[in-house]
Amino acid sequence: MGAALDEVRRSLEAVWRIESARVVATLAKATGDLGSAEDLAQEAVAEALVAWQASGIPQNPGAWLTAVAKRRAIDAWRRRSRLDERHRALAYELEAATEPDFEPIHDDVLRLVFTACHPVLAREAQVALTLKVVAGLTTEEIARLFLVPVATVQQRIVRAKKTLGAAKVPFETPEPVAWKQRLSAVLGVVYLSFTEGYAATSGERWMRPELANEALRLGRMLQSLMPREAEVHALVALMEFQASRFAARVGPDGAPVLLADQDRTTWDRAQIGRGVAALARADGLGRGRGSYALQAAIAELHATAPSVETTDWEAIVVLYEALGRLAPNPVVEVNRAVAVAQAVGPASALAIVDRLDEEGALRGSHLIPSVRGELLARLGRDQEARAELLTAASLTANERERDVLRAKAAALGEQR
Amino acid sequence: MKYMLIMRTTAEALEASKDLDFEQIINAMGAYNESMIQAGVLIGGDGLTDAAEGFVVDFGAETPVVTDGPYGEVHELFNGFWLLQVSSRDEAREWALRAPLGPGTKLEVRRVSDESDFEDFSDNEYIKKEKEWRGVEGAAGAMGSAGTADA
Repeated sequence: MGAALDEVRRSLEAVWRIESARVVATLAKATGDLGSAEDLAQEAVAEALVAWQASGIPQNPGAWLTAVAKRRAIDAWRRRSRLDERHRALAYELEAATEPDFEPIHDDVLRLVFTACHPVLAREAQVALTLKVVAGLTTEEIARLFLVPVATVQQRIVRAKKTLGAAKVPFETPEPVAWKQRLSAVLGVVYLSFTEGYAATSGERWMRPELANEALRLGRMLQSLMPREAEVHALVALMEFQASRFAARVGPDGAPVLLADQDRTTWDRAQIGRGVAALARADGLGRGRGSYALQAAIAELHATAPSVETTDWEAIVVLYEALGRLAPNPVVEVNRAVAVAQAVGPASALAIVDRLDEEGALRGSHLIPSVRGELLARLGRDQEARAELLTAASLTANERERDVLRAKAAALGEQR
Repeated sequence: MKYMLIMRTTAEALEASKDLDFEQIINAMGAYNESMIQAGVLIGGDGLTDAAEGFVVDFGAETPVVTDGPYGEVHELFNGFWLLQVSSRDEAREWALRAPLGPGTKLEVRRVSDESDFEDFSDNEYIKKEKEWRGVEGAAGAMGSAGTADA
């Protein structure tokens, strides 16, 4: 019966990916505790692996998992010798609530998202917990996506659940006053996952599209959960625009292909269209543009331009200036410098980068030397450019990026 | 990974479905769409109108030939689709003839259903929701402007 077990396992994995958020959210609402809800759901999955081999896959697998998990919760409380009042009441409530139907529970999934991204948790714990309980990824999948050991992810999740329990974090959507801060944590988790997939900070691969696509799925889920939040649509727009270039960003040998050299016919037009629509939805809410919307607007100008030369660089400079005022950040300044180089010329851009360098911004990062190298090369100062590019190569942890920087430096060497 | 779920039906099944309550079909399909939207997996899709409204461009001969059919066998490979925003059936035909495809390839050209196909059900819950899902500006319009920018 090995084949049957394998079939059940594969269906169960697919079911889990689709249903886990709803199952865990239903259980968390019933128990008031995310940690035990997740444990109960996992136990139900283990039971399904056995039961479904005998009985086949049920018509409504999500309802099956929820019902089994609820029964297990009741059994566990019954077994305890000192069944206190609270548990007696909970058991009664659960039993009464074990409905055969499995209703879509929009609000409960939203609570799940906010609880997993609670500010009492560190950002990496929020990421691990969100990918686990909201996106339904396994610990192994999360570990693989973030290039960390499985044990590390396990620890983060266990600690996160303990922290939530110890802080007595209720399973709820935040009050209006806390909404803004909590939402920004939620968006931060999605954005962090996406950017790590978009440009891996380390390792031998330049991008990890699977991770970026998971982030996009989470983002689209949030769009459906929070249709009135402009920044949610804006973040999705930003991700759609960036993801539309995935096919063009890597060469056949796995090396990064930079914007200027990308074959724009391979950009995903349908995805760009979805990005334009999402940004329009954000703008349509009439609350002005926040930082994700400004970034999305920049990405939109790139995505809809036929070439680097015809790109509206002046508009991009203006958007970067707005972004810099909203959230001053040296990375934004470096990007602004790159846009200025295109709109005005490399000399003006170099002045911006030199000022950043003098301020000691981004020390230890490859970003400033790589942009400086680029600008110096355009100004014909090859020798200085070469030194900067080699410095940048020594500072990046991504092997693919290092190869590109070294190749650029070598090309400058040859010309002399 | 992206997948397309291609709805295929036999003439008999299509005929039989005409006895069903159209509103019931809309509701079932709407609930299915909604579940995929809430899971964040649905990125696009449209219903195709009756095959009798469509036509086939056959690239088998030296010059492409437009015929009323026949339509693809069930086991035929579907390897992509385009969504065009055009003003007429003829315009669609013109674009189809220009597709850079070789012998062995057929383009099935079908009109995508729009709001007008559901006019009688404008009060339906899912028809209303669909307008929200699709947002203020449809993706097709945006693609049109991006695609013609370099012309």
